[in-house]
Amino acid sequence: MRINYYGFRAIYLHEMDRFRRTLLQSLISPVLSTSLYFIVFGSVIGNYVQNIDGISYGSYIVPGLIMLTLLTQSISNTSFGIFFPKFNGSLYEILAAPISTFEMVLAFVGAGATKTLIIGAVILATSNFFVEVSILHPLLMVFLLVLVAFTFALFGFLIGLLSSNFEQMSIIPTLVITPMVFLGGSLYSLDMLPPFWQMVTYFNPVVYLINGLRFSFYGASDFNIWISIASMIFFLVLCISVVAYVLKKGYTIKS
Amino acid sequence: MSEDLISINNLSKTYKNGLKALNNVSLNIKKGEILAMLGPNGAGKTTLISIICGIVTPSSGKVNVDGFDIINDYRQTRSKIGLVPQELTLENFETVFNNVSFTRGLYGKAPDPKYIESVLKKLSLWDKKDNILRQLSGGMKRRVLIAKALSHKPSILFLDEPTAGVDVELRKDMWKSVEALRESGVTIILTTHYIEEAEAIADRVAVINNGEIIVVDQKKDLLNKMGRKKLRIDLHEKTDTIPESLSKYDLELSGNKLSLTYSYDTQKQRTGITNLLQDIRDQGLKLKDLKTEESTLEKIFVTLVKENNEN
Repeated sequence: MRINYYGFRAIYLHEMDRFRRTLLQSLISPVLSTSLYFIVFGSVIGNYVQNIDGISYGSYIVPGLIMLTLLTQSISNTSFGIFFPKFNGSLYEILAAPISTFEMVLAFVGAGATKTLIIGAVILATSNFFVEVSILHPLLMVFLLVLVAFTFALFGFLIGLLSSNFEQMSIIPTLVITPMVFLGGSLYSLDMLPPFWQMVTYFNPVVYLINGLRFSFYGASDFNIWISIASMIFFLVLCISVVAYVLKKGYTIKS
Repeated sequence: MSEDLISINNLSKTYKNGLKALNNVSLNIKKGEILAMLGPNGAGKTTLISIICGIVTPSSGKVNVDGFDIINDYRQTRSKIGLVPQELTLENFETVFNNVSFTRGLYGKAPDPKYIESVLKKLSLWDKKDNILRQLSGGMKRRVLIAKALSHKPSILFLDEPTAGVDVELRKDMWKSVEALRESGVTIILTTHYIEEAEAIADRVAVINNGEIIVVDQKKDLLNKMGRKKLRIDLHEKTDTIPESLSKYDLELSGNKLSLTYSYDTQKQRTGITNLLQDIRDQGLKLKDLKTEESTLEKIFVTLVKENNEN
């Protein structure tokens, strides 16, 4: 057995099955919260905000809201996926199975990314009910969505791996990711900020992700698209390196 | 039954907190046998099993399974092994059937609902196949763990305290299942606190204490070598003291002064029973009844561990 295809498949489908079992929490909840954003920000505030880069405010925030969901969902899906068997002890059977670390991580991250992409697609469809959405570079959009979903699913895997309780699991998504997305230009253009805060925002990596996705939708961005792609790839490589190091050390899962 | 299926050489494990769980353990496990590992809590039994299964990394030493190294050839070794863990660690929100099928997949086997059905039927779980695991009793969950371990047809099965918390009837059912598995060619290694369990089903017994294997032997040989028999001699009338002429027999007088107990080695050519009975008669003591009692594995185990701790 050079590659444990069935082992990979078992973990992947097992994780997708969890998604099915918790459909209300996994799918309906992000759709509902995104709809509320459209109602509150798009419809109410949008009436008071001018078009940005020639795009209506409601349409302008679609990529930012998709990115918000993508980041939070990919992290929570995968972190929970690895943390739960670690928490209830059933991880032993994955450790004892003839499956490589790479195959195991790929299955968890692949499932987490898949779930996130499904949610992302549903939110994109939902946004069509509220605003007009056009996609100028659909292939680039798919590429960016897949890249972000995998990268942050891997980041979520790392959080689940390192967390020893539920509180630790929620700290990074709640205290780091959500503020970074809100302060990363998801609901506004950086040009609307005073120069000092613009400078501060350049240190927020999520800004580059949101702008990259916005470029694929409307061809408008505060940065060059290659800066966005390079920052995503950099973060992906960083996550791969840290996860590989942590798993090699066996941290929290193998003595 | 002479071929070594698992060979453990100079295996040691020291955890990060400094606990030395295994100290230079060497052990060969033969194909098709049932080996019982006995030892007090914290002796190193679970660590030994966990290393062979790939859950714990050894500090030093080597383990080969069917000629394959557990580190370098982990795919070959792990695919041959099934593990029933000590704790009831299950995905509680999944159905029995899906849970068992999941384990089969993990071990690289294509889905085979017919085989899973046969395993569940053998373990009397078929009528529970669609139940969520958290709806099952502890005994049922224990059976699910066994079904999971058998889902990929392993040739080696590790049972870590398989009947802990299981009622007597179910325990005996499990012994039958274990015996049936051995007959089908599966090599079985079990750890247990129930000495009667080892005595009932094991071929060989390994006693572990403080991370070291104190003794490994055929169960029968161990009982023969270390087993002592006791002869209880009930008397018709009370005797206040053991007569002087019987002092050479190292007899014990019971509290009610109505019986004498004589311990003897079953392996000796002459047990001394004939002479003892003759001398008792010569002393004018009248016999009422004679009873013999054999040492159990439990007594041998307690003796071995006690001796090891004293050394």
